[in-house]
Amino acid sequence: MKLKPEDLKKISDKMEASTNLRSGAGRAKITVHMGTCGIATGSRDIMKAFLEELETSGQKDILFTTSGCAGLCSHEPMATIEIKGESPVKYVHLTKEKVKKIFDEHVMKGNIVEESALGRGSERVG
Amino acid sequence: MQEYRMHLMLCAGTGCVSNHAFDIEKAFKRELEKHNLQDEVQVVDTGCQGFCERGPIMIVQPGDIFYEMLEEKDIPYLVEEHFLKGRPVEKHMYVPKGGENPIPKLSDIGFFKKQKLIALANRGLIDPENIDEYIGREGYSALAKVLSEMTPEEVVKEVKDSGLRGRGGGGFSTGTKWEFAKNSPGDEKYIICNADEGDPGAFMDRSIVESDPHVILEGMAIGAYAIGATHGFIYVRDEYPLAVERINKAIKDAREYGLLGEDIFEAGFDFDVSVSRGAGAFVCGEETSLIASLEGNMPEPRVRPPYPAVAGYKGKPTNINNVETWANIRHIINRGAEWYSSIGTETSKGTKVFSLVGKVNNTGLVEVPMGISVRDIIFDIGGGVMNGKKFKAVQTGGPSGGCIPESLMDTPVGYDTFAKIGSIVGSGGMIVMDEDNCMVEVARYFLAFTQQESCGKCTPCREGTRHMLDILTRITEGKGKEEDLDVLEDMCGLIGSTSLCALGATAPNPVLTTMKYFRDEYEAHIKEGRCPAKECKSLITYTILEDKCTGCTLCARDCPVTAITGERKGIHVIDPDICVKCGICKAVCNFGAVRIES
Repeated sequence: MKLKPEDLKKISDKMEASTNLRSGAGRAKITVHMGTCGIATGSRDIMKAFLEELETSGQKDILFTTSGCAGLCSHEPMATIEIKGESPVKYVHLTKEKVKKIFDEHVMKGNIVEESALGRGSERVG
Repeated sequence: MQEYRMHLMLCAGTGCVSNHAFDIEKAFKRELEKHNLQDEVQVVDTGCQGFCERGPIMIVQPGDIFYEMLEEKDIPYLVEEHFLKGRPVEKHMYVPKGGENPIPKLSDIGFFKKQKLIALANRGLIDPENIDEYIGREGYSALAKVLSEMTPEEVVKEVKDSGLRGRGGGGFSTGTKWEFAKNSPGDEKYIICNADEGDPGAFMDRSIVESDPHVILEGMAIGAYAIGATHGFIYVRDEYPLAVERINKAIKDAREYGLLGEDIFEAGFDFDVSVSRGAGAFVCGEETSLIASLEGNMPEPRVRPPYPAVAGYKGKPTNINNVETWANIRHIINRGAEWYSSIGTETSKGTKVFSLVGKVNNTGLVEVPMGISVRDIIFDIGGGVMNGKKFKAVQTGGPSGGCIPESLMDTPVGYDTFAKIGSIVGSGGMIVMDEDNCMVEVARYFLAFTQQESCGKCTPCREGTRHMLDILTRITEGKGKEEDLDVLEDMCGLIGSTSLCALGATAPNPVLTTMKYFRDEYEAHIKEGRCPAKECKSLITYTILEDKCTGCTLCARDCPVTAITGERKGIHVIDPDICVKCGICKAVCNFGAVRIES
């Protein structure tokens, strides 16, 4: 296939998700907490649900990552949604249905889903 | 296609590969499949990430988590903990020397923090064998830009205005060089990439070719358009098999996309590249020798002028630049001369890649803005001298450069600042030496190298380096004469001013700088028969301290020439007539009982 200048953009778009993930560039970040407590209450399914939503949406500039226990084991599975420039929001007692709503409302539109949210912000580190 | 949620950027540069990076990759793939994670987690082989000392290394994205010194046995635990359960594993993270807490993120590690990446912009971020990943990071957009928007004159002007100077050693203005080649009459012109890196301890160019081969091809295509060439050569030494493999793959992929070949981007511009493998003669780094070798002749330099820009390959106008120079081109085109020239100093613009080696804690490849001090490179980035020893000097520019002593450590990196103190930036080797290095021996070592690599064509280099080496060898053996230093100085001036090419002309640099900054060491060898650093074998003796020897017999058992005798629990003695001064006894003694005297 012989490329034209505009084809560079097409390839670049195809690679965008991968490029963003490696350089840490994105407008939003989803973190699923996967401590022992999280895993025991099904955080892997929650992770998969987020990944599926991400794939269906076709969004390239949303980072997905996992981390350890958030310290509130009784409220697992948990996830943190961070829209660039805003304080992070922690969601608790997640289910697949809640994931869908959080993704559609918060990640895509910026509206916090109050009913599943624990609160805004993170504890200070250091 | 489902996107991978996590990317394991595994270093597959030569350093890490020799530390079994490919075995680790296999282990990762096996463990990931065991946990059914192969569709979620992608393993990416990247080029050299620079921190060779800590290899094999890997960066996990997202998160920027840096893992070091991985071994195959660590992989199952790492996969289960981090990639399945999401808990980064502290025990494989970097802990700075003298520190206690691991630093999880690459961007927080001192070694990486002070670096500024332009030539190495894609380091660790792409798979060098995947052209789409290169394009994903603005690859070939600079070529598209010059072909659609710029005239060759404008390209030359942009490169000239950027202030970029040759990164191979000479430091000549790249834009001016292009201008000469462009203005040379001729319908057939050539472009060459000099990847014949041969300085001891230098591996900048190899790493760039290995980690980002397309950046070279794109730079060369832009240069070819600017001067009016249609064919390019990459002259790379055959000792760099991984670099050869990756550049060939890159050429194949670029041809498939029509980024090399005829009518590139339908702009009526034809350009193709071929790879020529060199047999590893140091003199081939000199441009006229390289061209002779490319033509199938003996690799010997010739008198300039005419310069290759007028009469190069097959007598046609030829522009030759070093790997790192080519790697800067696409960034200058995309971001502009003004941006590039805002980095660095008045006369040295942009960044420079150095290979930091020798007795430094963080051995590796670093890219820093021009103007940073030598001290910052060695102490902040390099983490200081190994084993808490005292810093003595750093040799920059390989065998053509000079030694920079402690007192000049605050010299800013730049072509002119280094020249002023008798050294050169060169292609970017930096060999750190500590208090145990004898500076006469250092000079002898480098001269032995240039003497061996001298092509023999001109008399000053062929005969002169041999005589200088004889004198230096004699001094290290304690047979130096009072007049030796004057003779050396005379010869340095003579060889420097009369040699045909830079190999001979710069060969005296290590001798001149060590004589200037460490004259007392030369004098101790000659006048007192003493080696202050206790390195020159003819001038030292090994003895065992009676008050420290416990009679453990370890040294006696390990001595390869059985020069050590002594009863168990009795004091041991070294026979100086048998001792070959290999240093094994000192290395194995747990009680510090072996001493070197001079």
